[in-house]
Amino acid sequence: MSEPVKGIKSPVRLEYTVSAGRALSRFLAALTEARLLAGRCSVCRKVYIPLRSVCPTCAAPMSEELTIADTGTVTTFCIVNVPFEGQTMKLPYVYASVLLDGADLPILHLIQIPAEEARMGLRVKAEWVPPAERRPTLESIRWFTPTGEPDAPFDTFKEHL
Amino acid sequence: MKSPPQSKVLSAPYVLEYTYRRSVGPVVGRFLSALQEGKILGGRTASGKVVVPPTEYDPETSDPVTDLVEVGTSGVVTSWSWAAAPRANQPLDRPFAWALIKLDGADTAMLHAVDAGDIGNMSSGMRVCARFAAERSGNIRDIACFEPETSGKGAS
Repeated sequence: MSEPVKGIKSPVRLEYTVSAGRALSRFLAALTEARLLAGRCSVCRKVYIPLRSVCPTCAAPMSEELTIADTGTVTTFCIVNVPFEGQTMKLPYVYASVLLDGADLPILHLIQIPAEEARMGLRVKAEWVPPAERRPTLESIRWFTPTGEPDAPFDTFKEHL
Repeated sequence: MKSPPQSKVLSAPYVLEYTYRRSVGPVVGRFLSALQEGKILGGRTASGKVVVPPTEYDPETSDPVTDLVEVGTSGVVTSWSWAAAPRANQPLDRPFAWALIKLDGADTAMLHAVDAGDIGNMSSGMRVCARFAAERSGNIRDIACFEPETSGKGAS
């Protein structure tokens, strides 16, 4: 008998079709026009991005839809040092929570900055890919780049971490 | 993209995959090695029962199972379920039965596919024989499937 079998390949593969739903579909579609679509809760008045149909805190419908700015503040961040399959960024790179101006909830995105310069309060602006390359995905924003403005004071975003 | 008129709900494929490779241990390892040679092994337990596929430990006494014995490559379907619409990566690309098969000389039934052609050809108590794959790699798929036993095929 040849060498006994010691291991087997046992992959697990789940193939889904994910539906974005109506609100998120509109948020994604707006990205192709370089617009960031948010919603204001009819009860707590908080502005949620991405747009959703119901406030996750109040369970109340959104009373208003608004396009918010593509500038914001880094609230928290992570420096990625670990390679993984499908990675497109050169290590180390910065992935951060960005509180867009006018929003009450941060979104996650890449920050184009040397890792050692990443910090809370950093002011950033979205760099959109050219119109022909825009798709209904947050990858229509290539990354956020520093605006050069003075850092935002902690008190201005401490409620939105 | 499925989108009802006007509402334009977006959808997209999303694949979650873990490319595991797992160790099989000494007992299942010998079982899989034997499949490569076209043989099926069971484990003899303290009470003399033959468990197929062999388990690493005796299900009754929890003692290690070390006595592996060859069983037949034919056996009896003890129960089954018809897979009318096979999915990707299943043993067969046409309708087949998942069946519990008690091989000759075994005291337990093992799960495998039966290439019966039609649901009407399946019944509990029917005899089936293993069809081994042309290329084997030490995997349960070294048994391509089982097929209904007919004269001229399967065990004597």
